[in-house]
Amino acid sequence: MAKTLGPVKRKFSPWTDPNAVPFIRFENITKRFGDFVAVDNLTLDIYEKEFFSLLGPSGCGKTTLMRMLAGFEEPTEGRILLQGQDIRGVPPYRRPTNMMFQSYALFPHMTVEKNIAFGLEQDNMPKGEITARVQELLKLVKLEQFAKRKPNQLSGGQRQRVALARSLAKRPKVLLLDEPLGALDKKLREETQFELMDLQHTLGMTFLIVTHDQEEAMTVSDRIAVMDKGIIMQVATPAEIYEAPNSRYVADFIGDINIIEGKIAETASALGAPGTVRIESEGLSIAVDQECQAVKDDHVAFAVRPEKVRISLDAPADTSANAFYGEVWDIGYLGDFSLFIVRSEDGRFFRAAQANVSRLVDRPITFGDMVWLTWSRDAGLVLTR
Amino acid sequence: MANVAEANPVTNAGGPSWTRWLVVVVPYVWLILFFVAPFLIIFKISLSDYAQAMPPYRPLFEGVGAVGDFISQLDFENYIFLTSDSLYILSYLSSLRIAAISTLLLLLIGYPMALAMARAPTSIRPTLVMLVVLPFWTSFLIRVYAWIGILKPDGLLTLLLQTVGLMGPDQQVQIFRTDYAVFIGIVYSYLPFMVLPLYSALEKMDNSLLEAASDLGCPPWKAFWKITFPLSMPGVIAGAMICFIPITGEFVIPDLLGGADTLMIGKTLWTEFFGNRDWPLASAVAVILLIMLVVPIMIFQNQQKKVV
Amino acid sequence: MMRSPRFDATVLTLGFAFLYIPIIILIVYSFNASRLVTVWGGFSLNWYSAMWSNQGLMDAAWVTARVGVLSATLGTILGTMAALALTRFARFPGRMAFSGMIYAPLVMPEVITGLSLLLLFVAMGVDRGFWTVTIAHTTFTMCYVAIVVQSRLLTFDRSLEEAALDLGCPPVKTFFKITLPLIFPAVIAGWMLAFTLSLDDLVIASFNTGPGATTLPIKIYSQVRLGVTPEINAICTILIGLVTIGVIAASLTTKRAELRRVRDEHLAIRGAER
Repeated sequence: MAKTLGPVKRKFSPWTDPNAVPFIRFENITKRFGDFVAVDNLTLDIYEKEFFSLLGPSGCGKTTLMRMLAGFEEPTEGRILLQGQDIRGVPPYRRPTNMMFQSYALFPHMTVEKNIAFGLEQDNMPKGEITARVQELLKLVKLEQFAKRKPNQLSGGQRQRVALARSLAKRPKVLLLDEPLGALDKKLREETQFELMDLQHTLGMTFLIVTHDQEEAMTVSDRIAVMDKGIIMQVATPAEIYEAPNSRYVADFIGDINIIEGKIAETASALGAPGTVRIESEGLSIAVDQECQAVKDDHVAFAVRPEKVRISLDAPADTSANAFYGEVWDIGYLGDFSLFIVRSEDGRFFRAAQANVSRLVDRPITFGDMVWLTWSRDAGLVLTR
Repeated sequence: MANVAEANPVTNAGGPSWTRWLVVVVPYVWLILFFVAPFLIIFKISLSDYAQAMPPYRPLFEGVGAVGDFISQLDFENYIFLTSDSLYILSYLSSLRIAAISTLLLLLIGYPMALAMARAPTSIRPTLVMLVVLPFWTSFLIRVYAWIGILKPDGLLTLLLQTVGLMGPDQQVQIFRTDYAVFIGIVYSYLPFMVLPLYSALEKMDNSLLEAASDLGCPPWKAFWKITFPLSMPGVIAGAMICFIPITGEFVIPDLLGGADTLMIGKTLWTEFFGNRDWPLASAVAVILLIMLVVPIMIFQNQQKKVV
Repeated sequence: MMRSPRFDATVLTLGFAFLYIPIIILIVYSFNASRLVTVWGGFSLNWYSAMWSNQGLMDAAWVTARVGVLSATLGTILGTMAALALTRFARFPGRMAFSGMIYAPLVMPEVITGLSLLLLFVAMGVDRGFWTVTIAHTTFTMCYVAIVVQSRLLTFDRSLEEAALDLGCPPVKTFFKITLPLIFPAVIAGWMLAFTLSLDDLVIASFNTGPGATTLPIKIYSQVRLGVTPEINAICTILIGLVTIGVIAASLTTKRAELRRVRDEHLAIRGAER
């Protein structure tokens, strides 16, 4: 895929516009397989030209949701609207969606060319146009010289490209991608992620991607829906999901985070500063700048990401600052940064990440050191769910 | 003996050299002795003369030094006789025709069954396979025999048709001892052999291929011809060959269900051997049948190798 | 998905009706008091007692059983060896010819196999009888066993054998301790297949039999040629009953585990998909 720079990406956030009409709407969708509830009364809007991710562990219902949009499953209850039209009962071969399958599902008895042309032939497109379109797509996915090969004569990455080209051939209104990069190795995966973003931007299509890889979802998406057990936990932009998860589940699922259970000791009004709460947790007292629905004595969790925690051998000057004192128990060297795992006297663990800005091999802080971990009042979050 | 163990790579679980060779050599020798050698003998005897003796053919050569005699006595009399009598030529052609039509019928009946089985819920598929296999475990002869009672003019089919009023009380089904009865018997007996290879080819097929076709705008009936059928070709070929080859030489079915005018080469061979006791001629009949079947057998073997 | 359950159900119903109705009719009429196929003369076990007192039939049954057990056992041993040779040894001289010899008897018309073996026995000066029939049956059943066992060996996880070797178990012992127990259901299935094929065979046995070695199919065939008699129905019913019991027993014992595995896999896959 050509790395041409498209027009500068404008700010794209139709979901904040109350007048915007959703392109795809899942309305109170429930899907049961026997006794098993795969999707539970789920409502979700996806907007035109959005790159939307369904993220969750396997079995959370994300694939089922996508397959209902493609027409392979019908919802038990609720309805799916595509551009305002209820698509119940419309068979998959009449839906304006195309899917890139997790297994790629390339037809083994057809050449690359024939695979890509398959959808176009179904529309009875004139032969000349098909050839032209196939050439265009082969060029797009850089497989011109493989046109006559059969799928089993291609590498995994090449197959992935054929599958992508085939699903793009009909220029669907919505492209569905089921774990599209799962079978690729890490480096190829990262490259392809950026190519997918370019492509989506160039073609101006709506992309819906199902993945269990949070990094992938974070990289490519405009918005992410984090799913668990058939329900949506949170729908937000990648930054919001990361910085302001709405629940312990989302916080824990995305990235690395310290979660400390405790209860509200003081609320904003008592502290005299609006939007601040204080949490008590077995001797730790943590102040957080946050508007919070919780009231005194509510059980909540405090969450802070390791990279927002500073590590120091010296006690903080301000004794009222948020701090955790303990012994360096383990150090994980991850290249770009190091992760310190610190154990308090009462056996609790807390993690802090420090960017490795210098090339020093011996870090000043090492195993067994007694250290102070500190973080500002706006670094962490109170989670009530 | 440490050397023997070392000589074997770890991945070779067959055992030290001598056990390894035993495993290969014993079945190999058995098959050469009891499968390949008989073919050489049948070929030899097809070139010898009929004799009123036991065994009823004149020995071609006796002793090792008689190679020259053997060559001088070589005689294609039996083959010449086969080509001169239209009975044999007609038998061969009729066998091929009956085998071809039966194979086509078997495909037409077996394919929908195999497809239905492959599309059935996974939980009941083993039961369906067993139901297809079970009749095969009961005697072939018995199953052909069962049809005699049904197809005879005063048999159960006549009774049924008379009872439901499709046939007058004085009418009878005239199928028994005709080619139609032979087709019914063959289709009935060989159906499991057709269904199983088809089923195993269809069952292996990835359902996501059909989903992909549907997703790309292909309606189900078209997807069947574009995806399912081409991908099941190995099963079709295997099934067709597994049926076609033995049907060509079939004896029991044409003998029990066919009429006097049902010519099949298996029956002709049987008559030559048991009726006329002309072993050399029967051998020549067998040799020509074998030559006719070389191509189908090779197709079948190639297919099996691909599957394996 | 893209299934037409009603069409499929109809096809299967018709197909199985076609396969089973003749057999059911055969069984039902073995209990018919009347000699005529089309007339139901009431329930009777006459034909069973007639069969029982038919000494020729009983002798033939005994010969068939002995030939079956012996040839199935020999065929299973040889066939398992052949399967091992085909799957475990990538190359040995004449491997192509060997696999050809395994596949050819599966489709070879019986008249050819039967006649050629007979000519071999005659050429070797062997008297035809029990042993020639047994050898003939062993030869063609071993190929079926080889196919059945081979298909199991192909799906066999070789790392299990490698683990045993790695833990110090010598190869021959590994075969008996690891490989054989795991492929045993296939070996049993192969034996049963071989036994039924032997039980079933008319053509090859006719060519290779001799005095005192008349097998049941030969006997049944000669009686059938004389016309339909309910006595044959009776013996057929007993044969069908025996085979059915055998198959069901075998599938209950050897397939139950496999069915459970298939079902568990299925559940796991469906669980994962959701």
